[in-house]
Amino acid sequence: MRIAVCIKQVPNTTEIKIDPVTNTLKRDGVPSIMNPDDKAALESALVLKDKYNAEVVVVTMGPPQAELILREAMSMGADEAFLVTDRAFAGSDTWATSTILAAALKKVGYDIIIGGRQAIDGDTAQVGPQIAEHLDIPQVTYVVEIDIDEKNNVCRVKKEFEDRYQIVEVKGKALFTVLSGMNEPRYMLVGGIVDQEEKAITVITVNDIEVDRGNIGLLGSPTKVKSSFSKTVDSNKELIELSPQEAAKVIADKLAEKHII
Amino acid sequence: MSKDIFVYIEQRDRVIQNVSFELIGEARRLVAVSGGNVCGVLVGNNIASLAKEVVANGADKVFVVDNKELEYYTTECYAQAVTAVVRKHSPNAMLFGASTIGRDLAPRISARVHTGLTADCTDLKIDEEGNLFMTRPAFGGSLFATIACPDHRPQMSTVRPGVMKKVEYDTNRAGEIITEDVAIDATKFAVKIVEEVKETKAAVKIEDSKILVSMGRGLENNLAQVKNFATVIGGTVSCSRAVVDAGVWKSDRQVGQTGKTVRPDVYFAMGISGAVQHIAGMDGSDLIIAINKDKTAAIFNTAHLGIVGDATAIMPELEKEILARK
Repeated sequence: MRIAVCIKQVPNTTEIKIDPVTNTLKRDGVPSIMNPDDKAALESALVLKDKYNAEVVVVTMGPPQAELILREAMSMGADEAFLVTDRAFAGSDTWATSTILAAALKKVGYDIIIGGRQAIDGDTAQVGPQIAEHLDIPQVTYVVEIDIDEKNNVCRVKKEFEDRYQIVEVKGKALFTVLSGMNEPRYMLVGGIVDQEEKAITVITVNDIEVDRGNIGLLGSPTKVKSSFSKTVDSNKELIELSPQEAAKVIADKLAEKHII
Repeated sequence: MSKDIFVYIEQRDRVIQNVSFELIGEARRLVAVSGGNVCGVLVGNNIASLAKEVVANGADKVFVVDNKELEYYTTECYAQAVTAVVRKHSPNAMLFGASTIGRDLAPRISARVHTGLTADCTDLKIDEEGNLFMTRPAFGGSLFATIACPDHRPQMSTVRPGVMKKVEYDTNRAGEIITEDVAIDATKFAVKIVEEVKETKAAVKIEDSKILVSMGRGLENNLAQVKNFATVIGGTVSCSRAVVDAGVWKSDRQVGQTGKTVRPDVYFAMGISGAVQHIAGMDGSDLIIAINKDKTAAIFNTAHLGIVGDATAIMPELEKEILARK
């Protein structure tokens, strides 16, 4: 069984701050990390490698420096790594990104595909299902458990909803997106770090895949960003420092004014 | 190409989810500018009788796909049903609730019909030509982007529960209910449901609460006190992500970019520092009261009333005040 894991390099958004003077995003010095849901996807694939000797390959699309997370993935135990990178891919929205990744995954080869539910920079959760549609394979999203029955070519997964869960079986090729709470990703192994240095990363460019150039990059993206802004910070708010008794009175007055009490 | 705006009507066990009605409300406001009808797309098994509820909540038309194959939600089956209706009627836009179902179904359909999809929108605007401008948070709520889909139709977006407002429920509202016969291709079904289990403890819907008492990591050891205060004021306890990560509450109580979007009448931020991810989920609240020991806490920039102090000392005093004024 060959498991392709889709991973993305993202800025650690928990460390992004707004510059209070210019009211813009401060990205300098914000570290790049492997997206947490994707790391859980990789861990779930590595568990299947440990159990059934599955082959785990990682695929990322991004600028050349995204190689870092592929190296990290191989240090954790992934067997092969593919970097999908080309200037022609820049500016792709989720539709175009999924078009590119679907074409790349056809080239990489897979029995199943596992990815994170969503990336913390965009939070869209769209690329996984859109890849599955482009590849014409079934998808199961919000997955928290995966097991495989290789003999019968069936995956058995647990899918979460807000108010229920489903246990489903999928026969044949399929794509799953998983949640970061499902496991504790392993650390990079010392042996893994040494071994990965020997391994090459396969680069996939626009010339290596079958895509219509009109469907990729900024021009091939159905959605266009018109503007972006950060919310203005209004720091002229009432800020009160009082004893607990007095503070309680102030709050109660405010609640009474709004007819809450 | 019609001017109509479609809303995916999400039903679970034949109960229509609130978010669908909220989106009908929003679609009504949009068609007031662009023209066209608001149409619900109601999909499931044995659900036709629910269509009148969709009309009462503001839809001009309801397209109903009632098919025994649609008893349980699976992506392919539902995608086929909705795609067939979309292809037949060519709406200008289509809105989905950003639930686990909406966020599974909408991207699949957008890829199938080759159109753009914008996730988790917090604001929608439309012009007279029907161009939709969809605003959504990115980078964990640090940044907002307004996105358009100029050359593809329908323009699609998902919107989180609790963000948009319903219109008044009116059983006298006139609306057309149209049954759609869709041929479902079962040979494409590769996903078999072995079992579906409803969680015995119903998830808490903090987004439906009028008063939220939200706790940060600093109050982890004062859980009983927070619960008691919430009871006294008639509210529900919610929390920041750190509290969920620490295992104190489950994620159904989490407010923020990776949790829920809430807009209660009153939001108490107790010992919450106010990371952008958290603010993104609660800054639409009518009255935000923040209590924090740290006067530089970012939450004070969003709060309408900021109290520098110890929430554990203030809560008991506030309980006394509230009880005294009742």
